[in-house]
Amino acid sequence: MSDHDHSTTFQADHPEPTSDAARIGLALRELLIEAGHYTADEEQAVIAEMQGASPENGATIVAHAWTDPQYKARLLQNGGEALRELGFDIAPYEFTVLENTDAVHNVIVCTLCSCYPRSLLGMSPAWYKSKNYRSRVIREPRSVLAEFGVELDDDIEVRVHDSTAELRYMVLPQRPAGTEDWPEEKLATLVTRDSLVGTQRDLPLS
Amino acid sequence: MNEPRFAAGQRVRIAERTPPVHHRVPSYAKGKVGVIERVCGVHGMPEHFIRGDGKPAQRIYRVTIPQTELWQAYQGSETDIVELEIFEHWLESAE
Repeated sequence: MSDHDHSTTFQADHPEPTSDAARIGLALRELLIEAGHYTADEEQAVIAEMQGASPENGATIVAHAWTDPQYKARLLQNGGEALRELGFDIAPYEFTVLENTDAVHNVIVCTLCSCYPRSLLGMSPAWYKSKNYRSRVIREPRSVLAEFGVELDDDIEVRVHDSTAELRYMVLPQRPAGTEDWPEEKLATLVTRDSLVGTQRDLPLS
Repeated sequence: MNEPRFAAGQRVRIAERTPPVHHRVPSYAKGKVGVIERVCGVHGMPEHFIRGDGKPAQRIYRVTIPQTELWQAYQGSETDIVELEIFEHWLESAE
């Protein structure tokens, strides 16, 4: 173990890296900071921002779209601008929202790596990054969705969205029946992380 | 920035090549024909980030491809699709 001071790049509770890849990553960050490309404070601010992101942000957006049809139209037309209306931003990425309907089910994957709107929805689930999910949902989405408990009739069109470049995605799930007089804050409590990725379709009224 | 070469609804073919650098086109889509779903923004060219600048920046399009075009043995509805993002320099007209 080195006695090099990592205090500028480490959070206090962060363990020493034990793999070569982690050591290289840490060394690279320290070199970039020492060379003045960015500061340790800026790095900490980005980490804090990502740790503050969670699926609750997505739920807020979904509940607003459910209760305001004009906002929903703007969200589907230009997700990035509609996000900023509510105080969110995932620049430099574009943001694309995909609406589930009675006739359409959307599901999101990144087959090449594991792109995910982290700065909005927080860390992606482990299965989203697994080779199993990434390689199978693109070619057999119906069986993968069934494993998540989503059974789809043949007349429902399945759209798989491969996040291959600079766009990030979120599914707009369907508003459950029986919630017509619910306020926006209560509606938001129904929305789950998996429903924002498309591996859940129905939102139960718990 | 440059005007888009393609418009929504146009049929396009994705190039079939494999440069020895990061290029963000999945192999399952290479050589396949799809339809432009929407025209997106202009972003750095993945192949040229290896030299540091990503220039010239390229337009991105979302392209819709039927599942039955991608996989011969596809088990599912004929209307099922894949949509993915493709940079303009990977597309040619298939009208």
